[in-house]
Amino acid sequence: MAILAFLVRRLALSLVTLFLLSVMVFLGGQVLPGNVGRAILGPFADERAVEALNHTLGVDRPLFVQYGTWIWNFLQGDMGTSYIFRAPVAPFVVEALGHSMKLALVAFVLVVPIGILGGVIAALNLNRPLDRIISLGGLSVTVLPEFVTGIILILIFGVWLRWLPIAAAWPKGAGFFTQLYYLILPSLPLFLVLFGYIARMARSGMIEALDSDYTRTAVLKGLPWRTVIWRHVLRNALLPTITVIATQTGYLIGGLVVIETLFRYQGIGSLIFTAARGKDFPMLEAGILTIGIVYAVATLAADFLYSVLNPRIRLGAEQ
Amino acid sequence: MSATDASIPAPDTARRSPWSEVLYSLLRSGTFLTGLGIVLFWIICALFGEHFVPYDPLVDDIINALAPPSAEHWFGTDQIGRDVFSRVIVGSRDILTVAPLATILATIAGTALGLLIGYFRGIVDDIVSRVLEAFMAIPVVIIALLAIVALGTSKITVIVVIGLSFAPIIARTVRSAVLAERELDYVAAAKLRHEGALHTMFVEILPNVIPPILVETTVRLGYAIFAVATLSFMGFGIQPPSPDWGLSISSNYGMIGGGFWWTVLFDALAIASLVIGVNLVADGVHGAFND
Repeated sequence: MAILAFLVRRLALSLVTLFLLSVMVFLGGQVLPGNVGRAILGPFADERAVEALNHTLGVDRPLFVQYGTWIWNFLQGDMGTSYIFRAPVAPFVVEALGHSMKLALVAFVLVVPIGILGGVIAALNLNRPLDRIISLGGLSVTVLPEFVTGIILILIFGVWLRWLPIAAAWPKGAGFFTQLYYLILPSLPLFLVLFGYIARMARSGMIEALDSDYTRTAVLKGLPWRTVIWRHVLRNALLPTITVIATQTGYLIGGLVVIETLFRYQGIGSLIFTAARGKDFPMLEAGILTIGIVYAVATLAADFLYSVLNPRIRLGAEQ
Repeated sequence: MSATDASIPAPDTARRSPWSEVLYSLLRSGTFLTGLGIVLFWIICALFGEHFVPYDPLVDDIINALAPPSAEHWFGTDQIGRDVFSRVIVGSRDILTVAPLATILATIAGTALGLLIGYFRGIVDDIVSRVLEAFMAIPVVIIALLAIVALGTSKITVIVVIGLSFAPIIARTVRSAVLAERELDYVAAAKLRHEGALHTMFVEILPNVIPPILVETTVRLGYAIFAVATLSFMGFGIQPPSPDWGLSISSNYGMIGGGFWWTVLFDALAIASLVIGVNLVADGVHGAFND
């Protein structure tokens, strides 16, 4: 029951967060830009035409009515009509999200095990050269903007070695492995950014667990080192890492905007970029809100995993 | 830091002040000095670079476009024949104006907000904290994108947008520092003296929470450079004809498939060095205050 209360509270929190985010997106997309009709029709359009269009679009109504209609429609899957494509936004967003998920998945599948492994190896070699290399290296690549690491990786693997394609645009009808081949290079900059965070969390979790009384007890009662690490240390060490992995989803998506632009990949990031370039506000708002929802879902999933894995929360010791 | 009032004379001690101790440990930190060296190099380039670069970074020379690195053009030339070396050297100017100003704005706004919500607690704290959480749930680059598209691209917009998006993060740090401070005796003493809330916040508490603010500010400066470079790369930050690094990469990377690596590599390395430099400084400052 305790676990349920914990999750309900987290769910309520993320709903509040999503509501506030939607208000910000609404203000940014529909209030700040000013006269929508004028923006669409251009500076030379007739004033009556502008007013008529504003009326059709509903932007002459009170703000809270506009917000209510907008969010209600959004929740029902009607994300508005793109200014540029003159077509409903939703299908574009759904398709782009699918593409982005593929890219994010490749990055995640690579970075989660390798990042954790890196952190564990660093912790087991605490303050030795291997630890220094992993920690410092991880930290340096984490702070670099994705497009900078992206450009350098493109130069190395795409231009000089010619091992990997420099644009993530595979031929139509390409199979799984061909797609994967095209996605490796774009996922590498995301990998590098996340590697540092995950390795650092795994490392400090490991250090703490290795230093704990239960580990000492396990060693002293004569368990083999392998069992101590697998059954006692890792289980406790990786809990905080799970939370970090989920919070990084948001940043992963932020990185997608840049990476997808750099590699010309048709995901949610490049959808947002194109919409921003063309001042296509309905598309932009839908893209950003979708990212907010993905982020909220990822955070909830992490809370769920965390609470299932952590007996202190599972058994209600937190309250 | 002592919290003595100005009217009470400070006890005369031979002990070194905490600030000079911090300075001392900074000057002995290899991390800090390396970072400072890199950052100073780029600041000097930004200030005086144009006087010693071999070419005018803005003048094109179409006949010599896309020339590979040579004795004449150390880093080659870009697609309209501008000297890449000269552009990289002076390319730090805009990012080193915009990013620090945004960080200063974020620090001022975030500190004020953090003091307020940390000091008053209650419903104000709850509401503002939720809003800040919502704000932080979305990557800064995306918030900035929305705001800049809505407001129009200019240096001022970039400064304000990045400054305001970083303010919540600083506010959170300040808030938790204030929460610890407000329970201490000197705050109770100020209340007993009937000092106003503003006086207690800004004169009594603020000097005692400067260390975490300084650490957070240097860390934020790294992220501000990250954000400005990224926005410029996407065309929403610093605008042409500035020799800005992110902007140069954005206008040249379309051709790297043709093997013109020198048009982007040096700019990328320049951004990398500046970001790492600032982070080393931040790391050093963090270490000096937490020893």
